[in-house]
Amino acid sequence: MKRVHLGARLVASLLFAAACGQATAESALDARLKNLEEELRCLVCQNQTLADSNAPLAEDLRREVRELALQGKSDAEIKQYLVARYGDFVLYKPPVKSTTYLLWFGPFALLLGGGLVWYGVLRRRARRGNGGIDTAPAETPHAGEQAERARKLLDDSTEP
Amino acid sequence: MKALRFLLPLGIFVVLVGFLWVGLSRDPREVPSPLVDKPAPAFLLAQLDDPSKKLGPANLRGQVWLLNVWASWCVSCRVEHPLLVALSKAKIVPIIGLDYKDTNDLGRAWLSENGDPYQVSVVDADGRAGIDWGVYGVPETFVVDKSGVIRYKQIGPITPESLQQKILPLVRELQKS
Repeated sequence: MKRVHLGARLVASLLFAAACGQATAESALDARLKNLEEELRCLVCQNQTLADSNAPLAEDLRREVRELALQGKSDAEIKQYLVARYGDFVLYKPPVKSTTYLLWFGPFALLLGGGLVWYGVLRRRARRGNGGIDTAPAETPHAGEQAERARKLLDDSTEP
Repeated sequence: MKALRFLLPLGIFVVLVGFLWVGLSRDPREVPSPLVDKPAPAFLLAQLDDPSKKLGPANLRGQVWLLNVWASWCVSCRVEHPLLVALSKAKIVPIIGLDYKDTNDLGRAWLSENGDPYQVSVVDADGRAGIDWGVYGVPETFVVDKSGVIRYKQIGPITPESLQQKILPLVRELQKS
């Protein structure tokens, strides 16, 4: 009796383990597909990823991506499949090539240019002396006069 | 040095205006197809008028033809349809229809209602041939040359201008060669 019990338990736990194994394999695939789909653009609603879009084409493309993944295709191969049909535009991360150098390196070139201009300005100020910072108090020509007027105004307002 | 101070911002401004001018006048919906100048992707699909018969690009070798992607659910297909009907009456170039993600019944009803400009229409019910051809906005029209290479792709409805200025001149040129 005890032995039967043990056997049943063993079988049950094995089944459970197998089911769990399958579930993790499936969720691993799902996670991989989700990551991949987030890097791909839906062509119908162009500011959404394939993962976010509800457009019928996006559904078809997700189906296609899943089937390719189940066939054992790598992420790069799946991307290549879509690029061959829809162009680099499907990739949210454009590839680095001669036509995209400006896109990839333009901001850094601008930053470098800005830095050079900034450096030049600082150098010029330093040459003028005192670091270019105006330390002398502002000399207003009619300071005394203005203070007098202010005092008068304050006196007027407190009188009545 | 003084002149540079004045010219540099002006130069930057002119470049920026140039970029914006070009960028804003472009239609972001029109994604250039990587399939132009590549061999037409193969398919073999059942014909709309007779599902027992199948047709694919391989059957059309040796002639210039148009592939027009349409569907009964597609609103802007109605806009271009009269142009296609007129073109088919002129018998300049055979038009093959790809009834994209549609059912046979709805497709047939739509053609009998609006006129049938197609030499043959094939049905791509699950949209797989459409994906192979990079279809994302129905209607789309492809010009395929005699050796089975895609030479032009029109995204969105055909207009009288695109027909007269691009498609027909290209078709005539390809038919000569």
